[in-house]
Amino acid sequence: MINQLDYWLSLNAFGRLVFTGQDGQAQEGVVPVRAFPITAPDQGIALIDPQGHELAWIDHLDELPDVLRALIETELGSREFMPEIKCILGVSSFATPSTWQVKTDRGETTFVLKGEENIRRLTSPALLITESHGIHFLIRDRFALDYHSRKILDRFL
Amino acid sequence: MHTNLSPFTLPPTWAMQVQSQLTDKERVLAWLEIDLNTQLHFASGLVVITNQRLLSRSSTDAIWQDWAYRQGLILTRRDHSGIGSLELVDANSLLARWRYTLSNDITANHLIEHFVQQLSYHLTGEPPPPPVQALCPKCQSVLDAPLLPGQEECSACSKEKHMPPSTWTLFRLWRFARPYKWRLFAGFMLTLGSTAATLVPPYMTMPLMDNVLIPYQNGKPIDTDLVALYLSGLFGAALLAWILGWARTYVLALVSERIGADLRTTTYEHLLKLSQEYFGRKRTGDLMARIGSETDRINIFISLHLLDFATDVLMIAMTTVILVSINPWLALVTLLPLPIIAWLIHVVRDKLRTGFEKVDRIWAEVTNVLADTIPGMRVVKAFAQEKREAARFRMTNQHNLEVNDRVNKIWSLFTPSVTLLTEIGLLIVWIFGIWQVSENAITVGVLTAFLAYISRFYLRLDSMSRIVSFTQKAAAGTKRIFDILDQTSSVPEPANPVHLPTVKGCIELRSVGFRYGTRSVTRDISITIEPGEMVGLVGHSGSGKSTIVNLICRFYDVTEGAILIDGVDIRSLPVAEYRKHIGLVLQEPFLFFGTIAENIAYGKPAATREEIVAAARAAHAHEFILRLPHGYDSLAGERGQALSGGERQRISIARALLIDPRILILDEATSSVDTTTEKEIQKALDNLVRGRTTIAIAHRLSTLRGANRLIVLDRGSIVEVGNHDALMAREGHYYRLYQAQARNVDTEDDLQLDITPKVEGNRI
Repeated sequence: MINQLDYWLSLNAFGRLVFTGQDGQAQEGVVPVRAFPITAPDQGIALIDPQGHELAWIDHLDELPDVLRALIETELGSREFMPEIKCILGVSSFATPSTWQVKTDRGETTFVLKGEENIRRLTSPALLITESHGIHFLIRDRFALDYHSRKILDRFL
Repeated sequence: MHTNLSPFTLPPTWAMQVQSQLTDKERVLAWLEIDLNTQLHFASGLVVITNQRLLSRSSTDAIWQDWAYRQGLILTRRDHSGIGSLELVDANSLLARWRYTLSNDITANHLIEHFVQQLSYHLTGEPPPPPVQALCPKCQSVLDAPLLPGQEECSACSKEKHMPPSTWTLFRLWRFARPYKWRLFAGFMLTLGSTAATLVPPYMTMPLMDNVLIPYQNGKPIDTDLVALYLSGLFGAALLAWILGWARTYVLALVSERIGADLRTTTYEHLLKLSQEYFGRKRTGDLMARIGSETDRINIFISLHLLDFATDVLMIAMTTVILVSINPWLALVTLLPLPIIAWLIHVVRDKLRTGFEKVDRIWAEVTNVLADTIPGMRVVKAFAQEKREAARFRMTNQHNLEVNDRVNKIWSLFTPSVTLLTEIGLLIVWIFGIWQVSENAITVGVLTAFLAYISRFYLRLDSMSRIVSFTQKAAAGTKRIFDILDQTSSVPEPANPVHLPTVKGCIELRSVGFRYGTRSVTRDISITIEPGEMVGLVGHSGSGKSTIVNLICRFYDVTEGAILIDGVDIRSLPVAEYRKHIGLVLQEPFLFFGTIAENIAYGKPAATREEIVAAARAAHAHEFILRLPHGYDSLAGERGQALSGGERQRISIARALLIDPRILILDEATSSVDTTTEKEIQKALDNLVRGRTTIAIAHRLSTLRGANRLIVLDRGSIVEVGNHDALMAREGHYYRLYQAQARNVDTEDDLQLDITPKVEGNRI
């Protein structure tokens, strides 16, 4: 697909994305936002200005020229934070609130689970755990976890 | 993750390293332990503010980076979906960026404060102000209002605590049993007596066998007196056991019913005290299931199962004593299977407990589906989604079945196993007993008595094994009840409340911020509303209007800053006393089941009929109420009199008028009605507003014409303040909003000729 982009993105010295539209006006501090961060992360990405207005819509990341895609991916990478739980090392108690020690794709950490209702069932077999400060931890496939982790998790489901 | 206890005690892993970096005169003023690196991986790092520079290092870097104070340096923080970022910039570019999870956010703010102070000291020579403000002893952040006596930490700190409830939840029920301890004690004594009485008959079989039947078989005549004595003993014991058994069941059932009722009332009372935030998170069906069926389950557990269990334990203890006293060796053999059964019970206990907790959770899920769908039945029908809803319910039910099936798999194996062990135990006693009789070590009577005892004994063990499941169910229920009871309101009552006898109605918001989860909803809002002033809050939906109102009503507590009424922090006033000064008229007026008069007098149940009528008149509700078949005695609320939206709204205005509040809050009071009705309501509102501090939210800007000032909000911050004319003249944010609406209103009015807007769902 040949795509005529009517805007351009660049990175300024402050580490902010700058959007230059058709009219040639530059907008600083543009933020890419995924419309379906969990179900379809690569589809539907909007570029939002600091006032919260949409500047451009990207149907799919593949449509973009490499330079832009790299820029957006870096920006998304530095903003998005949804560690994926690879292994549950231990929990302080099976009654909530309980402190979980987990191994994620972003390293080991601990978090506090306030209640069982903070474990949300996404489309099976994915689960989304929201910890006490609102950080989301993703379990992409709960059946793919090791036996120990599954056993712990099972107590909360 | 720990917050620093004092800015000067660095975490031990960093203390040495930091010390080695410091020069002679350098002092550490503040520090922030960061837990993420720039690629957002979990890694520790440290940012330190000293009196000379800013130092930082992450665990992956080998060297320390530092920036001395100089012109143009700015340290800022931002947050986005649960992570905060701290940025150091100068006039030209970004110098450094650190990331951390929001648990460290308070410390980060503190760090920035110190940075700003030090920077201005280095640039202007102006020494940093001594910390005259009250500091939280725990997180060292500056408080907007001094801590109340009895409070040890600021509200932000106390939210950090997470204590899991104890596993011995059932024992916590003692709190509810204590008032009945004497009756419980009486019940226990009765249990002891009745159990002892039931143990007499097997004992009687021994002399009956040895002194009557066996001598008769050996040719001796039957001693009728002896038989009469033994048999009357048997009958007497049975009679005694019957009377005592009846008394104890009655007494204990009475007590348990009362404990159950207390539990239910206490839980509901506690629930009422919890903040709006809690109800926002919980689902109605789940809460209803907890208060209704869980308490009932606990109740039955205490009155039936626990009682049986106590009897069983007593009986086993007594039987053991009797058996040992008759023949210790035979007793030993008889009791051999007991540890095995006890072990079996223990193993299954754990499996079943988790199973039953799951069953409970899934049951709440089933109720939730119902509670979600039934109120929204109109939407379901309108979009013809009955099939989908049925499928959703079936799926939840399917899940329920699966969980139950798994529990039943273990459970069904359990009881037969106990029975098998019982039979094996009996077999062992027979073998050992026959051998002993053949050796003349024991009499036939002793063996008969033993067999009589242990068949009862094992029978009890069998029923005891059943207690496992009931105990687990009750423990799971108790845990869920105490989940509610342990919930402390996020809008806590002050330890040392301040009482305001009269309220003038001056409301002051001091740099108020509110965060809902990771989303900060409002930021740095400062307004002072004079007594008697009417202020309109204007902005797009989601701009934080309702949040401000919720904060002023103290449905939530502010995350930053403070709200003061007549100069007193509202957090230091008793919640109920404070809310008495507030009249609230919501977009969706809620009428309780009851008469119109009762609904008007909801906030002041002692109101006289004259007061009610006067309030209704002022709210322009009097006339339509009189048109109803039973006037003020007509039923309103669910399944009650069909009242239109405007009529319901005027009743709720009368309700607010009756309590004569100093502060009035109108949250989209006229949005759900058409323009004609709005005009009538507006007349009623004019009466209400007079002389009161009023905060009004309205979507239709035209309804805010009467406001002294309009506060224009955009994405959680104040962008403009002023009256209608001034704001129009400025041609800013308000002007654009007004223009956009003026265009819409014309078309809206046309539409309303045939469609009255319907509102779906409630806002919190």
